[in-house]
Amino acid sequence: MTGDISLIGYGLAAIGPAIGVGLIFAAYINGVARQPEAQKILQPIAILGFALAEALAIFALVLYFIRLPGA
Amino acid sequence: MSPTAAMLLPMAEGESHFPPDPSLFWQPLVKFGTVDLFGSEMTLAITRPMVVMAITVGLLSWWLVATTRKAAIVPSKGQAGTEAVYNFVRNGVARDMIGSRDFLPFVPFLFTMFVLILFNNWMGIIPPVQMPSMARIGIPIGLTLLVYVVYHWVGVKKHGAIGYFKFMLPGGLPGWIKPFILALEMLTFFVTRPLTLALRLFGNMFAGHLLLVVFIIGGWELFLQGGLLSLVSVPAWIMAFAMTLFEALVQFLQAYVFVLLAASYIGGALVDEH
Repeated sequence: MTGDISLIGYGLAAIGPAIGVGLIFAAYINGVARQPEAQKILQPIAILGFALAEALAIFALVLYFIRLPGA
Repeated sequence: MSPTAAMLLPMAEGESHFPPDPSLFWQPLVKFGTVDLFGSEMTLAITRPMVVMAITVGLLSWWLVATTRKAAIVPSKGQAGTEAVYNFVRNGVARDMIGSRDFLPFVPFLFTMFVLILFNNWMGIIPPVQMPSMARIGIPIGLTLLVYVVYHWVGVKKHGAIGYFKFMLPGGLPGWIKPFILALEMLTFFVTRPLTLALRLFGNMFAGHLLLVVFIIGGWELFLQGGLLSLVSVPAWIMAFAMTLFEALVQFLQAYVFVLLAASYIGGALVDEH
């Protein structure tokens, strides 16, 4: 079997941000369900939190690709 | 050979799939020659993302001029559409993130960023093109440099060169901890923020493009295998279609996130002393 072990690293690295993004949107949905009129205030905050958490997974992907070829 | 062409070739005996390396992503359309830049050899060339960028800039200019040249108080259909996009950036991004006092000068900048990134991102799924130019790191870096210059410039202009560093420190800290917090804040202001801004846009577009290529080319390869495996190509292509729709959403979201964060950095540099 051939392959690249760093891809497993990327898969592992994606777990954390995935949980984070799930928690952020769960909290956002909860907030809107309890207080629908707060949606306009919560939405940019939710998107901002989502972007910050998701950046970590994207870093892992980028790092996977920028390692030296053949290394 | 292009990555797509390499994947379309039937595989030789015992050959396996290979992870792509940077050389596969360098496919210039027209080459002009090489220049020596800081000791490394650079090729002057026109690439597909450059062509896509030129097309989008042309179409955007045409759209904006055509719908607003005869601007009226009672807008026509086209003008109403343009105004809706403009209002979204003006009220939903700039005013909310920078504050209603001094958001107006930044609206043209943020609006330009938003429509340029959004249109370039959508080029990743619009059929004859299907090339997200933001999937080349150079273009997000260029856009991020603009944001970087703007938010440091307004910060220094508002607080003064030394005041800007003082402003980074939250008030009410015990004296011994101040250098550590200042170092952390400077790392945030000068390294993490621009790095994440550029890499997020690039990474999302790059990953989305790869995802579509995997499903479409993977389906094609399964189709070529013949027999039962050909049937598997059908769900692969259904997934490719579903992922295209998902990508449209992600691409919009990334353009939104980029201007949202740019506006929040500008707003953060403009707030009054802690």
